[in-house]
Amino acid sequence: MAAAPNLLHSETPDHKRYFLTHLGLTERLLERCLGEALSAGGEFADLYFEAVTSTSLGMDEGIVKTAAQGISVGCGIRVLSSERTGFAYTDDLSAERLLKAARTAALIASGPQTQRVQGFTEAPSPSLYPVTGVTADAEIADKLKLIERANKAARDFDPRITQVRASINDELRRILIAASDGTFASDTQPLARLNVSVIAKDEINTARGTSGGGGRVTLDFFTGSKSPEHFAREAARTAILQLGAIAAPAGEMEVVLGPGWPGVLIHEAVGHGLEADFNRKKTSAFAGLIGQQVASPKVTVVDNGRMPGRRGSLNVDDEGNATQETVLIEDGVLRGYLSDKLSSRLMKMPNTGSGRRESYQSIPMPRMTNTYMLNGEDVPADIIKSVKRGLYAVNFGGGQVDITSGKFVFTASEAYLIEDGVVTAPVKGATLIGNGPEALKYVSMVGNDLALDEGIGTCGKAGQSVPVGVGMPTVKLDRMTVGGTGH
Amino acid sequence: MSTATNTAHTTDLKQLAEEAVARALALGATDAEAVAVESEDFRVNVRLGQVEQLTESGSRALGLRVFFAAGADSPDEAGQRTASTSTSDLSPEGVTRIIESAVELARVTGADPFAGLPERESFGSNDVSALALYFNDVDAILPAERIEMARRCEAAAMAHDTRIQNSSGANFDASSLHRIMVNSRGFTGEYRSSYCGFSVTPIAQDASGAMQRDFWYSSARTAKLLDSPEDVGRIAAQRALRRLGARRVATQQCPVVFAPEIARGLMGNLLAAADGDSIYRNASMFSGKLGEQVAGENITMIDDGTMVFDHTLPSGEALRVGGFGTSPFDGDGLPTRRTVVVERGILKALMLNTYTARKLSMQSTGKASRGLAGAPGIGGGNYFLQPGALSPEQIIGGVSSGLYVLQTMGHGVNLVTGDYSVGVSGLWIENGELAYPVEQITIAGNLKDIFRNVVAIGNDLEFRSSGAVPTLRVEGMTVAGS
Repeated sequence: MAAAPNLLHSETPDHKRYFLTHLGLTERLLERCLGEALSAGGEFADLYFEAVTSTSLGMDEGIVKTAAQGISVGCGIRVLSSERTGFAYTDDLSAERLLKAARTAALIASGPQTQRVQGFTEAPSPSLYPVTGVTADAEIADKLKLIERANKAARDFDPRITQVRASINDELRRILIAASDGTFASDTQPLARLNVSVIAKDEINTARGTSGGGGRVTLDFFTGSKSPEHFAREAARTAILQLGAIAAPAGEMEVVLGPGWPGVLIHEAVGHGLEADFNRKKTSAFAGLIGQQVASPKVTVVDNGRMPGRRGSLNVDDEGNATQETVLIEDGVLRGYLSDKLSSRLMKMPNTGSGRRESYQSIPMPRMTNTYMLNGEDVPADIIKSVKRGLYAVNFGGGQVDITSGKFVFTASEAYLIEDGVVTAPVKGATLIGNGPEALKYVSMVGNDLALDEGIGTCGKAGQSVPVGVGMPTVKLDRMTVGGTGH
Repeated sequence: MSTATNTAHTTDLKQLAEEAVARALALGATDAEAVAVESEDFRVNVRLGQVEQLTESGSRALGLRVFFAAGADSPDEAGQRTASTSTSDLSPEGVTRIIESAVELARVTGADPFAGLPERESFGSNDVSALALYFNDVDAILPAERIEMARRCEAAAMAHDTRIQNSSGANFDASSLHRIMVNSRGFTGEYRSSYCGFSVTPIAQDASGAMQRDFWYSSARTAKLLDSPEDVGRIAAQRALRRLGARRVATQQCPVVFAPEIARGLMGNLLAAADGDSIYRNASMFSGKLGEQVAGENITMIDDGTMVFDHTLPSGEALRVGGFGTSPFDGDGLPTRRTVVVERGILKALMLNTYTARKLSMQSTGKASRGLAGAPGIGGGNYFLQPGALSPEQIIGGVSSGLYVLQTMGHGVNLVTGDYSVGVSGLWIENGELAYPVEQITIAGNLKDIFRNVVAIGNDLEFRSSGAVPTLRVEGMTVAGS
């Protein structure tokens, strides 16, 4: 085995020190585990060590009712043998348990050892987010102040606000990845989110409103424009607005999507369909369409894991590769897929640093980071003016896609009618449905007001949840089906 | 995977939970509760005949909740402060850390007069062995046999029709869980449960190149009750094939027939709206409606955490097996029970845990759900809608023009207002016959109306998961399409 560089030196960042010093892992042990993992003939093996501390504080009915902390520590060991993946994990990081997990994962292959463990090399990684320590007591007091302010601001907004829940959740994830191909990477990933949920009630109706935001940030984030008051007023405003909402229209019509979170359209309509695993298996409606027109020429879509402080950003992906900005659709033409190590090797395509996993208990797969549509040239007000009769949707709940048929939905939580170029009555929540490879062909106007969401997105795929970002400018689609009950 | 249970190992886990409770009390907590879980998991994914992914592992974790009675030091504040912690690090340092941080965290919370463990006399557990939740044959199936079942299931789907040339794969899953709960008011409960199952998702493609996928599955607490992989594969293939050539329909109001798999989710909203947490916050369309008519007189909905089913195997052997939603005690340590939530359309009972019951000045209905971390939420056991007399064919046969829903997409359900809007795909019904597949349409209405407008209920009640609802026909919904 080639002599590996000394992995601990004076400038060793906190996360590496944590695994190599605090948890007592040694370079020698990592090599032994990888050797054991390759012992039955696997071509590639990696170790993913993870230690997560998460804290949650919640104020409810004016009382701090919730205070919780969770700690999760473990290692996932993966072995690749052509298209096959063997996987085992352990929450006990003793040498004995790690080697046992390595032997279990190794059994995906059956033969003599063919690959050797390469000496570790560590590529420099960017620092897209602050590295903080585990939440200190002083921080808990600061966090309590934030949710108390949110609680007060929501109640002060309107006497019809009858229930307020405010919470702040944050986690610190430390990871260390060592692979038989010499990959060696580590990172500390903070993630924070402030949430406000309210109920408004008048003589006739009851409605809810929610708002929230955050990212890979410290608490300082909430001292600027993204204050607890900002999120609280936004939740309260939405709830009050919904008290007077009329039935959403039903049928195919012109739809204008506002900037920011409506970018969930991009995530569902094209994002998932462009993940390489589905295309390698030809189970995606986008399979084989690279180079083809899949959207209006006004549409350019990128996935960008390198935006500082964003919820979907990562210095390195969960396979130890640097993340990047990947153009998925350029001027309406499909340019590429999001891939991880396995997909890029099997498809002979570049690795876009998109290998992500929910935790050490899960197998990595190609995932999105921050996915958004780039600015166009239209002025948002002109876009609204151009609509005779349609829907203006500015906020959404979740969405879902069937990547094989291409059909996707996303549910508006704040929307208005547009009548003769003017935004009029607020309407109730309604689901919008479309067909991925077709929907974006109907994009006829693209605004110059690109925004990303506030930092609340969580994406689910094959049972694994990961934080993501979405975004887009104001966009007009000439045709989309709106699932309301009105006319 | 270890096929024999290491008893020394599991005794430690119970001891760990008991010690965590004792140590929290020693640090000044007035009450404490610990949950310990240990699980073994196996999963294999087979695609196009080859093993694609194989995962085999076990894990253990501990969760702790502590309470501090307020009032002694500050008479204005009655109630209890509470906090919770959890960890997968069961080293002595890891366990010490969550005990100490729970105690620390509780200091920052406010006294809540409704917080606290249940009263001593309310604790209890149903007879664990009678509930038949654990079968050791699940652990005994060799990995090679598990892989083979997934392979056979996918092969049967692929062989069914030449239009099926691709697949998202077949899975076989097996897991066993050991759960222990201990609290400072004398409750100790524990049980094991087992699960195994397989599923397949074939992809059908027509001459135009358009693809459709669908899936089918079989799952059980014992391998003896699994369906044949060939049957499951064939059904999955038929489900994918019948979606080929789907078109859209015009926006209209028409009868909507829900297949059991979809009706289960639709009527599950009845129980979600009866959730005590939403009720006390006035955040449910059923808030203040206890004792009132909330659905048609033909609607009776029951939640039952104690169900045990009698099966007769092909060999003639009789077998009793607990339901997927059955457990001996709830997340508060109260015995699970049968609750008629809606009877002939009248809201008779709520889904309550100890906390929400206190908020509403009522008694818990034993519906506390507790993971490792956090306070108990609300979660039912098994649930079902009382079946009707009509066969699914009779229900479909009675529709001259309408929609048969086979899949819903999205989460467009608002339980505060009852507004309901989801994407669907299914089959169009013409003159009582299933005529052609439809997709890229939505259905919308308000649940308060939908529950009153169920005009036909099928006799096809089958517990394929913890909830079961037969085929339903609903009037007055809006279909949005082209």
